[in-house]
Amino acid sequence: MRLTVNGEQHELEAPFGRSLAEALRDDLGLTGTKVSCGEGHCGACTVLVDGAPHLSCITLVHTVDDRAVTTIEGLRDHPLVDAFVRCDALQCGFCTPGQIVSASALVEANPSPSSDEIRHAMAGNLCRCGTYPRIEEAIRTWRD
Amino acid sequence: MLHAAVVRSPHAHARVRALDLSRAREAPGVRAVLAPGDCDALDETAEFEGRAVVAVAAETFGQARAAAELVEVEWEELEPLLDPEEAVRRGSLVGEPRRYERGGYERGLAEADAVVEAEYRTQTLNHNPLETHQCVCEWRGDGLDVYISTQYIWGVRDDVAAAFGLPPDKVRVICEYMGGGFGAKNGAGGYVTLAAELARRSGRPVRLALTRREENVGGGNRNATIQRVTAAAKADGTLTALGGEFICSLGWGGWLASTAGPMQLLHACENVRTVEYGAKLNLPAMAAFRAPGFVEGTWALECLLDKLAAELGLDPLELRRRNYANVDTMDGRPYSAKELLECYRRAEPHWERRHEVRARSDATWKRGVGLASQIWYGGGGPPSYAWVRVGSDGRANVVTAMQDIGTGTRTAMAQIAAEELGIRLERVQVQVGDSSRGPFASISGGSSTLPSMGPAVRAAAADAARQILEIAEQRFEREDGTLSLRGGEIVSPDGTTWPLEEITGLLEDGQILGKGARGPNPAGMRVLTFGVQVAEVAVDVETGEVVVERIYAVHDVGRVINPLGARSQIEGGIIQAMGHTFSEARLDDPHRGTVLTKTLDAYKLPTIADVPEIVCELIDKPDAQLTNLGSKGLGEPPIIPTAAAIANAIRDATGADVTSLPITREEILAALREARERERVGAPSA
Ligand code: FES
Ligand code: FES
Repeated sequence: MRLTVNGEQHELEAPFGRSLAEALRDDLGLTGTKVSCGEGHCGACTVLVDGAPHLSCITLVHTVDDRAVTTIEGLRDHPLVDAFVRCDALQCGFCTPGQIVSASALVEANPSPSSDEIRHAMAGNLCRCGTYPRIEEAIRTWRD
Repeated sequence: MLHAAVVRSPHAHARVRALDLSRAREAPGVRAVLAPGDCDALDETAEFEGRAVVAVAAETFGQARAAAELVEVEWEELEPLLDPEEAVRRGSLVGEPRRYERGGYERGLAEADAVVEAEYRTQTLNHNPLETHQCVCEWRGDGLDVYISTQYIWGVRDDVAAAFGLPPDKVRVICEYMGGGFGAKNGAGGYVTLAAELARRSGRPVRLALTRREENVGGGNRNATIQRVTAAAKADGTLTALGGEFICSLGWGGWLASTAGPMQLLHACENVRTVEYGAKLNLPAMAAFRAPGFVEGTWALECLLDKLAAELGLDPLELRRRNYANVDTMDGRPYSAKELLECYRRAEPHWERRHEVRARSDATWKRGVGLASQIWYGGGGPPSYAWVRVGSDGRANVVTAMQDIGTGTRTAMAQIAAEELGIRLERVQVQVGDSSRGPFASISGGSSTLPSMGPAVRAAAADAARQILEIAEQRFEREDGTLSLRGGEIVSPDGTTWPLEEITGLLEDGQILGKGARGPNPAGMRVLTFGVQVAEVAVDVETGEVVVERIYAVHDVGRVINPLGARSQIEGGIIQAMGHTFSEARLDDPHRGTVLTKTLDAYKLPTIADVPEIVCELIDKPDAQLTNLGSKGLGEPPIIPTAAAIANAIRDATGADVTSLPITREEILAALREARERERVGAPSA
């Protein structure tokens, strides 16, 4: 099958039932996408499919073969990355790729989200280290 | 690389009657299968759910999982022991009961004008780091490389070496980054042995990652407690006796963390009697979880103190001040430093807000303010080592085999080296996370990383600085000990400066190598950390909903190295504590002893939407007695007092006494009913 990730086309052989997360990590070596629960409960594996956040651990890779996938590797130059560092919005960093991917979709749709809008949009991304106040600040100030 | 899957006991107590591996061995992609007898980490008897029985390695995780499903196990179920009180009665204990007594407890009770008693309970909690326990094991000749998510690469090295009978340095442990531990990843654990044995038999590297469901069963937990506690005081608030019986549901193993510790250490009281039991049950074993024991014990003690304050008609903050300990309560040693009074002073304006907060109550939403204080270790200690090498470009490289578990240790070490060498932070690089590429370093646990490693790094940087200055003094013909390093320059007292590179440039391929070791803690002194938190809550008395509106935290951990990272530690601790207080609980089937909350939608972690306003403050006064750095650890202190501060605020708002965690709406409504009942019959408000 064909998979377009971060603007690049890849050919890969994937058995039916392979998740997008597995294809990204194990077939393409894009290990920036993290799997924390593997069943759609935590948001760590969030990627964009045609610009919208998707949980890659419960997305079958065959359902996205004609669509554009963006992973954290594709957001390397996004100002949110610097904002997260500046605001200390990560501790262990395991949730961070998913947080930044979700946040990128939020600020794309709404460049100046309110605190409530941030909390609403980001509530599906768990952070066990509890960096939430810093994440909120990073998203509020992402363009500074 | 192969992937592993583990067949585990679905029962809390059972024995394997028959095991058939034939279909699993023939499944597609399978390269190795281990059964009981092949490896110590597998057993035919399961004393708790999740006990490993068979392990499979296959080309993909899917194949490993599929093969594991084909393992046929016939179980004989046995009666599980699940009730901690019953375990204590039967003498099913991990270790001996731990008894402590000072002064005369009975006399203290007799002298008191007021005595309050209560039973507090805490639930079983799972660490749930977002990265589950996982490793990749690869044999290289007779040596083993272990890539692992851990808080202690040296502990893993020793555990794995012992399991395989290897000299420790044949095992190389690598952990450059890891996705959170909170105490659950302090050692290797059976899963690493399985991965290493599968790798040995297959001749291939093997990855073994616990699934989230496995993590929620066997990844370790903060044990549940039942705490029957008593506090007695004179009318003026002077504590005359503190006592407690603490029953800790440890599961099938683990250790008895000090739940009585806060009662023994936090407040001055001459007469204290405690007994702690570690109930051995057919449940997964506990593991250290961010201030183990003290989180649970502080919840009970600090709630009890507010109950006592109400009984005596005293201000809770004043009650704590009146029982301030000026020397260690257990052995009379002086503290190396203690700024708890200053914490109380700074908390005062936040505490004073209670009048205004209460005034904002209406018929449905009652508002109130509560506080709780905290004591914990966090002084660190030897041994720990670091090297600092400075090259001809004047850049420094800090090398030490510690791990950064997300607390920002790398940054703090770079700051310390940069300060000592008088160079910019960007010119320091820190290399950690590899047991064969750096000297021994401390565990990232017990709030000890910074206070253990920081002094070693500082000493190493000072050693490098001294060598640079010696060369400079010779070259520039200055007297020994007259030059110093500042702002990237070599500075003479007469104002002359030279760029650092003028000396380091002479090195060409040579390097300055500084070595540092962590010195001892001050003899005859007690090194502890302190803090106070003040919570503001609103309680809907019709539905039992509680909204935490604001938490103020002030902590004393000596000198603060990175204020940004320190604030993150405080916020993170408080947010984790909010989960402990309201939403998190491992629920077990009361008859079968199996875990019901295996997923992250059943076990509820706090989300960004649950976070209150958090205001943090640090005393930031170096502990002059403690090492060359004066810093203590901050990983654990902030999680300790939060639950009690919140419960005390709920009492302040409504008069309701909550006594068990998590605080649910049912619990609030029941406590409100009780409070109304007390008022109706005119019993004292406590
Ligand atoms: S890993 Fe996909 S939602 Fe948790
Ligand atoms: S930074 Fe560790 S889970 Fe979010």
